[in-house]
Amino acid sequence: MTAVEGTETVASPVAAPRTILPTRDDDAAPAVPRSALGKPTADERFRQIGAWVAALGLAWVITQRLLPMPGVAWFVVIFFLSGLATSAVLGAMNGGVIELKDRLAGAVITGGAVLVGAALVSTVGFVFFKGYEPLTHLNFLTSDMSGVAPKDGLSKGGVLHAVVGSLIELGLALLITLPLGIGTAVYMTEVGGRFARIVRTVVEAMTALPSIVAGLFVYTVFVLSLGGPKSGLAAALAITVMMLPIVARAADVVLRVVPGGLREASLALGASRWKTVWHVVLPTARPGLATAVILGVARGIGETSPVLLTSGAAGFLVKNPIDGSMNSLPLYIYSLVRSGEPVAIQRAFGAASVLLMLVLLLFVIARLVARPKKAKKPRRRPRLLSPQRGFDPIQGDPFVEMGPVNRADQNRPVQNDPEVSS
Amino acid sequence: MLDLPGADTVAPRHISRKPAGVDAVFEHGIRAVGATMLVITGGVGLFLGYQAVPTFQRYGWGFFTTQTWQPDTDQIGIAAVLTGTISVALVAMFFAFPLALTTALYISEYAPARIKPVLVSLVDLMAAVPSIVYGLWGYLLVMPHAGDLARFLQAHLGWIPIFDVPGSDPNAAVPDYGRYQFSAFCAGIAVAMMVMPMACAVMRQVFSQTPVGEKEAALALGATRWGMIRSVVIPFGRGGIIGGTMLGLGRALGETIAVVLIISPSFVVKPNVLEVGTSTVSSLIAGRFGEATQAQLSALLAAGFVLFLITLVVNTLAAIIVNRSRSGAGTDA
Repeated sequence: MTAVEGTETVASPVAAPRTILPTRDDDAAPAVPRSALGKPTADERFRQIGAWVAALGLAWVITQRLLPMPGVAWFVVIFFLSGLATSAVLGAMNGGVIELKDRLAGAVITGGAVLVGAALVSTVGFVFFKGYEPLTHLNFLTSDMSGVAPKDGLSKGGVLHAVVGSLIELGLALLITLPLGIGTAVYMTEVGGRFARIVRTVVEAMTALPSIVAGLFVYTVFVLSLGGPKSGLAAALAITVMMLPIVARAADVVLRVVPGGLREASLALGASRWKTVWHVVLPTARPGLATAVILGVARGIGETSPVLLTSGAAGFLVKNPIDGSMNSLPLYIYSLVRSGEPVAIQRAFGAASVLLMLVLLLFVIARLVARPKKAKKPRRRPRLLSPQRGFDPIQGDPFVEMGPVNRADQNRPVQNDPEVSS
Repeated sequence: MLDLPGADTVAPRHISRKPAGVDAVFEHGIRAVGATMLVITGGVGLFLGYQAVPTFQRYGWGFFTTQTWQPDTDQIGIAAVLTGTISVALVAMFFAFPLALTTALYISEYAPARIKPVLVSLVDLMAAVPSIVYGLWGYLLVMPHAGDLARFLQAHLGWIPIFDVPGSDPNAAVPDYGRYQFSAFCAGIAVAMMVMPMACAVMRQVFSQTPVGEKEAALALGATRWGMIRSVVIPFGRGGIIGGTMLGLGRALGETIAVVLIISPSFVVKPNVLEVGTSTVSSLIAGRFGEATQAQLSALLAAGFVLFLITLVVNTLAAIIVNRSRSGAGTDA
């Protein structure tokens, strides 16, 4: 107030200090609507799109009229290159070297991402396109390969034994991996000490173990030295050796980001360390742990090389993991492709589709489990006044003399610890 | 002071760092779990090293310089398979690195905010696709085209030794496509698909941790989007870029199934990656474990052990680089 009065008096020493309000002018022309600041203008947009439209034409002229470059691949390559050239020229005309670099970088980066997307689509699409036909035969999912000759049509035989084998091997591997991996992660983060550092170093080192070497290890120890049969159990052990370091390390990473304040709060309330781990740390990390485990499972179910050495490939349904050889999906696909028979390759693609769907299913489950509970979260508010914090510094502090701040949203539902869910 | 009844009869709680009661059980139990883990994982490493000793003793340095793998004539060496492994991995990284970098940059800087989570999930999904599926893709879909590309490269860049395919004329009326397929180049493309999402995930994670304030400062000073990326995002994420690439390289070195499906085995050290035939350590193990005798098995284990050591060195370097750089956190593989 005082400052305003001062300037007023300096500016016009005669007039009495008063504020002049602008009067509303009804005759004035309506204000021009201002476009959003971040958005490109119509001119810019025209230049961006126009460059690529021009490139399309240029590519057609070059590949179809000027040079003998048949095929879609050449067209795409030339289209991309001439797109780069046209946008570079337009950028340089408009904004000089800086604009040119920006345009080129944007085009290259987007192009790389599009190429990756195309590769993913082509992979998934190719497998499902080729594997579609076997899946239309119902027996493909309900029968095994016993009594099916190599050249028999798709109406005989199926992947049941491979799916069951995969699931049994994975289940056995999980029985060992889950408690051991997560337990080790708990040990490394919650107990610590010099020994824990050694364990962590070794576990991290062993994530480098190539999966085929894990398979070779189990083959040498379990099958050759101990005389165990090539069986589902051996395959499960190989998968375990491969997955253990991966799961332990991923769980370790997840547990390390649990806020230390939660642990301290629990301990300060008198909980034992065991209760702190069981009731605070693990529930907090549950979504992350689930993701780590499920992604580990997805990796384990698709890995062929450990299974290749250890399980043998039975053509029929085996439910007992210690009773002779057992098949699994990746191994089934591998042996069919190697056989080279057209029907076999078709079967392989069918099995690959099933495998891909299994992985997709696991992946979706992982996403659902890991998803933060967003729906309940109220609109973001300034931190100090936000009622959803457990502790409100203004209301909660008994020494604030002005008393509770006037708030309209007293009856907003209180949500517990948003730290955790976010 | 407090004036409570019986206050002076209460002795102060005994304070000790040693766990008592349930905690002692918990701590010792969980330590036992950790020790089990150490025994299992460390045991695998020690076993491999121990099994490799007789081979190293028998063949000495010749194990690393002999190219052939002929147990019948007692000529065993990993020179060819090691160079094959490295050339497949390098081809893979040649494709995977730029794609991973551009995809990570696109997701973190260019993609509209609405589809960003979808793209992140898609990249993670790519990382979860089984390697046998990429093997099928590389073997049956990509390889013919890769053969075309290889012929094209030889025709136009054949004067560079690595693009040369000896004994084949790229400009012949009917080129011998068999010479251009089943090569390290073709296998490298399939392996690239496998390691790209992994490298991309690490890079994206690091890019997403770039301080928003610095990015906004660059933009406010008038930088274009690329200028902002070059001056803020890439310097900040350099550790993640290198670390992610090396993690991918580590995985590429050990990849088996896609390589076994695609290559036709040959045990010759060759720089020309486009030419048919190569061999990697893992494909050697996958191909030879079945008929191996005890001594040959030891040699295979020794080869596996060498592969493990190389992967270990690469991964450790990656971890050190990622941890040393500014962009340390959040680079789990």
